[in-house]
Amino acid sequence: MTMLNVGRPTRPEGAAESAGHASLTGGRGLLQDEPLIFELGGWTKTGVDLAPAAQDASDLGDLVRSAPIGLPGLSEPEAMRHYVRLSQKNHAIDLALYPLGSCTMKHNPRLNEKMARLAGFADLHPLAPQSTVQGALTLMDRLAHWLKTLTGMPAVALSPKAGAHGELCGLLAIKAAHEANGQGHRRTVLVPTSAHGTNPATAAFVGYSVVEIAQTEDGRVDTADLAAKLSPDVAAIMVTNPNTCGLFERDILEISRLTHEAGAYFYCDGANFNAIVGRVRPGDLGVDAMHINLHKTFSTPHGGGGPGAGPVVLSAALAAHAPAPWVVSGPDGLRLVEETVEEAAQGFGRMSAFHGQMGMFVRAYAYMASHGADGLRQVAEDAVLNANYIKARLSPVMSPAFPEGPCMHEALFDDAWLDGTGVTTLDFAKAMIDEGFHPMTMYFPLVVHGAMLIEPTETEPKHELDRFCEALIALAHAAKAGDVDRFKGAPYLAPLRRLDETLAARKPKLAWRQEA
Amino acid sequence: MRYLPLTPADRAEMLATIGAGSIDDLFVDVPAAARKADLFDLPLHAGELEVERELAGLAALNRPAGAGPFFCGAGAYKHHVPATVDHIIQRSEFLTSYTPYQPEIAQGTLQVLFEFQSQVAALTGLEVANASMYDGSTACAEAVMMAQRVTRRKKAVLSGGLHPHYAATTQTIAHAEGMDIVRQAAAIDAEAAVLDAIDADTAAVVVQTPNVFGVVTDVTKIAEAAHAAGALLIVVTTEAVSYGLLKSPGEMGADIAVAEGQSIGNGLNFGGPYVGLFACREKLVRQMPGRLCGETVDAEGRRGYVLTLSTREQHIRREKATSNICTNSGLCALAFTIHLSLLGETGLRQLAALNHAKARELRDALAAVPGVQVLTPRFFNEFAIRVKGSAAAAVEALLADGVVAGVPFSRLDPSAGLDDVLLVAATETTSTQDIQAFAQALAGRTA
Repeated sequence: MTMLNVGRPTRPEGAAESAGHASLTGGRGLLQDEPLIFELGGWTKTGVDLAPAAQDASDLGDLVRSAPIGLPGLSEPEAMRHYVRLSQKNHAIDLALYPLGSCTMKHNPRLNEKMARLAGFADLHPLAPQSTVQGALTLMDRLAHWLKTLTGMPAVALSPKAGAHGELCGLLAIKAAHEANGQGHRRTVLVPTSAHGTNPATAAFVGYSVVEIAQTEDGRVDTADLAAKLSPDVAAIMVTNPNTCGLFERDILEISRLTHEAGAYFYCDGANFNAIVGRVRPGDLGVDAMHINLHKTFSTPHGGGGPGAGPVVLSAALAAHAPAPWVVSGPDGLRLVEETVEEAAQGFGRMSAFHGQMGMFVRAYAYMASHGADGLRQVAEDAVLNANYIKARLSPVMSPAFPEGPCMHEALFDDAWLDGTGVTTLDFAKAMIDEGFHPMTMYFPLVVHGAMLIEPTETEPKHELDRFCEALIALAHAAKAGDVDRFKGAPYLAPLRRLDETLAARKPKLAWRQEA
Repeated sequence: MRYLPLTPADRAEMLATIGAGSIDDLFVDVPAAARKADLFDLPLHAGELEVERELAGLAALNRPAGAGPFFCGAGAYKHHVPATVDHIIQRSEFLTSYTPYQPEIAQGTLQVLFEFQSQVAALTGLEVANASMYDGSTACAEAVMMAQRVTRRKKAVLSGGLHPHYAATTQTIAHAEGMDIVRQAAAIDAEAAVLDAIDADTAAVVVQTPNVFGVVTDVTKIAEAAHAAGALLIVVTTEAVSYGLLKSPGEMGADIAVAEGQSIGNGLNFGGPYVGLFACREKLVRQMPGRLCGETVDAEGRRGYVLTLSTREQHIRREKATSNICTNSGLCALAFTIHLSLLGETGLRQLAALNHAKARELRDALAAVPGVQVLTPRFFNEFAIRVKGSAAAAVEALLADGVVAGVPFSRLDPSAGLDDVLLVAATETTSTQDIQAFAQALAGRTA
């Protein structure tokens, strides 16, 4: 018997010449077409093995449900495959630069995940006897110390669960302080036009009316307009600093002085704290309350939309009005004060059922302890350096919204450079997807036409910044050269092409239903 | 520093490209008086080993729920979570992605949210659910404010069976928006008392089942009374596993159902992060808070999912939004959805039946202890007992026997005058040995 010496072909002969075509089944290489769990047919299936119940529910009579719930089940291998297939349709910071301005998509260290999963933190009940949770209370106390030191503020409320929840906490403390000082009649909150949507939404939530402050030509709060609008009716101003144009408010000391002279409080939106951590203390700027998004500056993962955590640092004027609970030290160690009537009758109440996002506290603390005072300062410096590098490299082909002077941690461009190309900011962003990058924040802040807000963060190496800039420069040249199809039809290479959002809103289909 | 990739040479080259002499040139807009030249008074950077030692040291000072007999509930429950759940939520593509604002490259997250919404709608017996809230207590507060928008009335009646921390959260947040919150006194079987408080000004009636004392109630009559007065019925549940055994809120006439979803897929985590469930009747959808994911098609007609009805939300409507919520509990919702996919209808019903049976076993054991009175007539996996003297003192005393006996009601509401009431919960993780240890320790103390 002789060996066959003609095996399988090992060269891609002919492959390069043949045209591409759609697959026959919807699958595409490594990307599978994946149905909903409701369509996988597992109405009686389960992926868990449970011991049988030793008693029935006859004692509950007709309180027991009779009709089917309508929940599909999957065996473990099916569940694993279903969710892993879905995961592969997501962009992620672990895949490439994720330049969403105002979102601070930085690397999420896995040490933090490991620490949060220690049984001593993860398997701890919020109402377990306090003598059994001293390590957890110590961690909260240490986190509070770091946050107070980094911000130069005397107090911190840890319980808010995200940035917007922190804004609510800050404004409720301000409202309580005004009421305690006989100033409860103040009804207005001033917010710059460039603010995050959560700022006016929160002010309205608390029952305040919102008045906008104008912006100067160079992208900052117009202090003359602010001075004119600061009346005895104003309860607070809400200013983001660095602001949403990626610029430091040069007149910040004047802004806080004017605000305090008018008897109002200064709420600072701390979403952009990453740009100044370790170099500037908000307490030195006259801030009365500021939330800190632990899921931005302190690296806790965004998780596809949360969970976050939004502790709020408070000035001496507001500290007494902090919500329950808080940690105090006593003869038997640390203790949680859970009722505002107990030790500070001026506390404004409670933000949620328990003590805050402990899982995020552990992660944020691990991040802080890893960086230390020196590393955190370097974070701010590298974040600002990376943003300015992008601004410098892209300015020759795109139009920076504020060309004069440095930006902070994010670089803002407008769409003037796209004039006459037929390509919009949205088209440009969608074409970035085909190049393997997540688009920047688009059409925000509202004060800049066709805004493109790029925040690289400090965890991007120079070669990734270069790769990103080169991709954008190539796209910019293509747009200017009239290659409009590349943009109008984009993305071509993503799991799906552009989606019809109008259809989704006009005929909302928000849950799976059995076909009639 | 291991998380910072730039080298000194990179920094120098980049500064040259920018045209800046030093890093300080990039911070010129900061007023000189506010520039900190020195390092802050905090420790310097530390290696992974050192950080791990510090945190492991703190963790070791705590007694985890799994360390021995453990009976705390009252809004957070110890359940077994399959290993698959934690593996999947740690995948980079789920863990390190942002809110799905670019649907073409976020179909993974979006399809999960659609599955989550569909599961929550099925569990609650209502037509639509949102993509999650922070937790059950904030979902409760948001539901009350939604009722104000729907009815244009200001008053909300909170049953005395509502978890006191949910009531306090709702009072804090909804009162700030100008609502009149009527909080009824805590009582074991409090639900019927809400009937007398419903009037023509009432926007919402809030009842919890199983309530904070564990009492399971058919709220159909309360729904009828609320609807007759033009008010909405909000049904709160703090133990989502109970949906597997009990009549759903929708079946009993609820307009809005909110719940703490921690029990499914999520650990105790000392109180957070958790996941708030929020469902309602379809006709109310445009007044809902929070994100909604909806089905649509792409440019080639293929099915896909997007965030939708965002004209309700803060980033579009600003001060006219239905809520200020932005970031919610995406990853906790993913954990919930994976765990519930593994359970399926069959597994959830088994799990719920098992929880109920364990609680009956616990009830039988504690009822036999002299001096102990079981207060909750019908329950799911949690009930209240009366002990001799202070329940808080009993919990402290039983710690010496290695038993974490439950939550004294006085910890939730010190002013209720229920200092001798102890809330105890059992789940599938509770063993017969745990129950015997509890009963013996309690008998030893009361003897």
